[in-house]
Amino acid sequence: MSLLRVENLNIAFGASRVVQGVNLTLEARQKLALVGESGSGKTVTALSLLGLAEGAQVSGRVLFAGDAGEVDVLQLPPRQLAALRGQEIAMVFQEPMTALNPLFTVGEQIAEVLQLKMGVAARDAMEQAVALLAETGIPEPERRCKAYPHQLSGGQRQRAMIAMALACKPKLLIADEPTTALDVTVRQQILDLLTALQQKMGMAVLLITHDLNLVRRFADRVAVMERGVVVEQGTVAELFANPQHPYTQRLLASRPTRNVVDAVADAPPVVETRELQVRYAVPRSGWRGWFGKDSFVAVRSADLTLRAGQTLGIAGESGSGKTTLALAVLGLQPFGNEVRVLGQAWGAGTDADRALRRQIQVVFQDPFSSLSPRMTVEEIVGEGLSVHEPALPVTARRERVSVALQDVGLTEQQFPGLLQRYPHQFSGGQRQRIAIARALIVQPRVLVLDEPTSALDVTMAQQILELLQRLQAELGLAYLLITHDIGVIRAMAHHVLVMKDGEIVEQGPLQTVLDAPQQAYTRTLLAASE
Amino acid sequence: MVDGRSPIHGGPGLGEPSPSAPVASVSPTRRAWLRFRRNRLGFVSLLVFCVLVLLSLAAELVSNDRPLVVVYQGQAYWPMVKDYPETTFGGDFATPTDYLDPFIQKKLSEPGNWAVFAPNRYGPKTLNYFAKSPNPAPPSADNWLGTDDRGRDLLAQLIYGFRVSVLFALALTFTGVLLGVIAGAIQGFFGGKTDLAFQRFIEIWGSMPELYLLIIFSAVFAPSVALLLVLLSLFGWMGLSDYVRAEFLRNRQMDYVRAARALGVSDWKIIVRHVLPNSLTPVVTFLPFRMSGSILALTSLDFLGLGVPPGTPSLGELLSQGKNNIDAWWISLSTFAVLVVTLLLLTFMSDALRDAVDPRKAQQ
Repeated sequence: MSLLRVENLNIAFGASRVVQGVNLTLEARQKLALVGESGSGKTVTALSLLGLAEGAQVSGRVLFAGDAGEVDVLQLPPRQLAALRGQEIAMVFQEPMTALNPLFTVGEQIAEVLQLKMGVAARDAMEQAVALLAETGIPEPERRCKAYPHQLSGGQRQRAMIAMALACKPKLLIADEPTTALDVTVRQQILDLLTALQQKMGMAVLLITHDLNLVRRFADRVAVMERGVVVEQGTVAELFANPQHPYTQRLLASRPTRNVVDAVADAPPVVETRELQVRYAVPRSGWRGWFGKDSFVAVRSADLTLRAGQTLGIAGESGSGKTTLALAVLGLQPFGNEVRVLGQAWGAGTDADRALRRQIQVVFQDPFSSLSPRMTVEEIVGEGLSVHEPALPVTARRERVSVALQDVGLTEQQFPGLLQRYPHQFSGGQRQRIAIARALIVQPRVLVLDEPTSALDVTMAQQILELLQRLQAELGLAYLLITHDIGVIRAMAHHVLVMKDGEIVEQGPLQTVLDAPQQAYTRTLLAASE
Repeated sequence: MVDGRSPIHGGPGLGEPSPSAPVASVSPTRRAWLRFRRNRLGFVSLLVFCVLVLLSLAAELVSNDRPLVVVYQGQAYWPMVKDYPETTFGGDFATPTDYLDPFIQKKLSEPGNWAVFAPNRYGPKTLNYFAKSPNPAPPSADNWLGTDDRGRDLLAQLIYGFRVSVLFALALTFTGVLLGVIAGAIQGFFGGKTDLAFQRFIEIWGSMPELYLLIIFSAVFAPSVALLLVLLSLFGWMGLSDYVRAEFLRNRQMDYVRAARALGVSDWKIIVRHVLPNSLTPVVTFLPFRMSGSILALTSLDFLGLGVPPGTPSLGELLSQGKNNIDAWWISLSTFAVLVVTLLLLTFMSDALRDAVDPRKAQQ
């Protein structure tokens, strides 16, 4: 008898059917990965296994072989369902910061599970919580037990979530994108931890992820979902060696490919910084905060040079100061010492700054927050012209907007009434194209790309990278590319700069840094992204 | 792939929903309006409220002691816009005509003469000198809802009082929203020391005893609706400014604002074009609540005798009359009913509006 059998699962929200006829089986002690892009229905499938898909019409059978024999989870009365949750099926969520209650310590939250589900006495529960935390490899578990979620790092929080999920020794652990919110170097550690605990406790794991390459090293079996349908499933070895479905093939082939013009050594520099420094004021704790603030150095004496028509990749984990560095280069963040764009420094007067802004533009990570939801595409893309070429008549401006949109692959034929549309009608990748068009319409020489693809699905990310490569070749743009993804750096950059805790630990030409890294941190970063 | 130039031009691409069906592009504001319309209770409330307001704006045509038009001995008169002495219609004195006078009525109903009266033949200040029962008089064929203790028709009082309340509430809401949005925008957008200073100012300003100031001012100045509007506006903006400030603090660090800064857009334009339209959700949500709050504020001040000058038709004054004449149940009951219906309509509208601009529902 299989541990979990999902038979002909259908899920619909009103008229939109998000999951159609999904069949899955999961044996005890097995690791199954459910892979798909955003909107493929993988998360709602997982939620429905626990009866947590709120507001959805769910049909089909979800048979779970628990202590009480095989039951259909979808037919269980709420009380028994509640007993099943946590005790036999546990779940780990994507974002541990929001999944943990900020008002209780981590230890209290783990102890609560033990008390509620296992009937452990309050005094013993805390001790067991410490033991559980120790098992997940958190250093100093006694101290961390008394910490609030915000006092832990992302990886530690996810470990605490795992400790909580495993408190009742469940038969099945559902992990919904457990590593997506974490830094690359931490991701592998979390997966290793899950593997170790899975073997030790003999549970089955259902891993939900969008990252097919993550699965290769973790799962036994893989199921690939596309638009609510499982298009292919099989063992990891089979599926990776011989993908049958075109969608799987595309997913596997969606690692970014390098197609850039070679660097010209003596190209003129377009962005130069000299000992650039950025500080933030942070409040002091306690009564000392009455008398002053401490300063936190986000970027410490950064020297970089970006040459015309080339790409400088800045790699680093979150909190390494790479976005702050980019904002300083853009003149959007007060900084110390010098930044020169095309030989000119920021702060030489309003008009000079505005003229300089034309030369350096930016594309942000999140395509949803980077477009104002209440402006039409024409207003969004045309804004730069209204600032820098206010004399342009309306018809000419509209023409320029159309051309800019065409350059990024958005045409009136594909999207009737394109100019009058609002951002909510576009997908993430299309929004990112609009953001690129907004930056390009003023004909800048430099484009700052702040994680331009990390909020996108893999196939779409690849298309955006191809677009950026083509634009660089056609327009001779220089890119300052910020990313945590070494794959993107490898595909795009001519020079690489590695940042850690506000400092540049290593920089040099792409091959030198990636193939012969000098610093231990660079090697860790590279190993994590293999 | 359409043009072979690059796969990017080849179509919407993998995983992106096909845009083949031409979608009518609907602005977020319009989508919110469509969601509002879908809420039947809220939408009907809005319609009923609008009809009531329109009727009260045309109160002179609904409830008036002067006829709209009089044809007397072959000549047309327009008493609603012009005063005519009683002698015009065969009376003895050169005083303005009292059209409720049985003598005049008799004259007007002579053959060949006719007059078109409003449905309710009393204005807000009309005293019925020919009342059949002592004031306050219970509902009768003459005074459909009875009269108050001064002999004025209650229905006329309610219609005109409703108009004053609604217009006052609209004005107060407008000034409050205007001040609140400006104050909140300045605090939220510039943040830092500006925000700090403004917040302290609001704390000081907010701790002033509003009611006592009103009492003092109404003793110093001649009471008037305009004075009341100014005084209430001075204190009515603070609640809203906090919400607008919070929205501005959130929105000013959105990427689209950063992108606009990177393009060199000026602060003023960023506020007006980018941040403000995205920060108006709490303002819109609170509009009907502010309306009902304003109506209640005016009513309570009138009830206490601190509100509009004596003689102005007012719901609060009627309530106070109802309290003083507890036997005249028709005064308190009908005033109470008008207040309840008004506030209820506004509350239903608020609920529908809140749902309509709810960002979680906006996704659907």
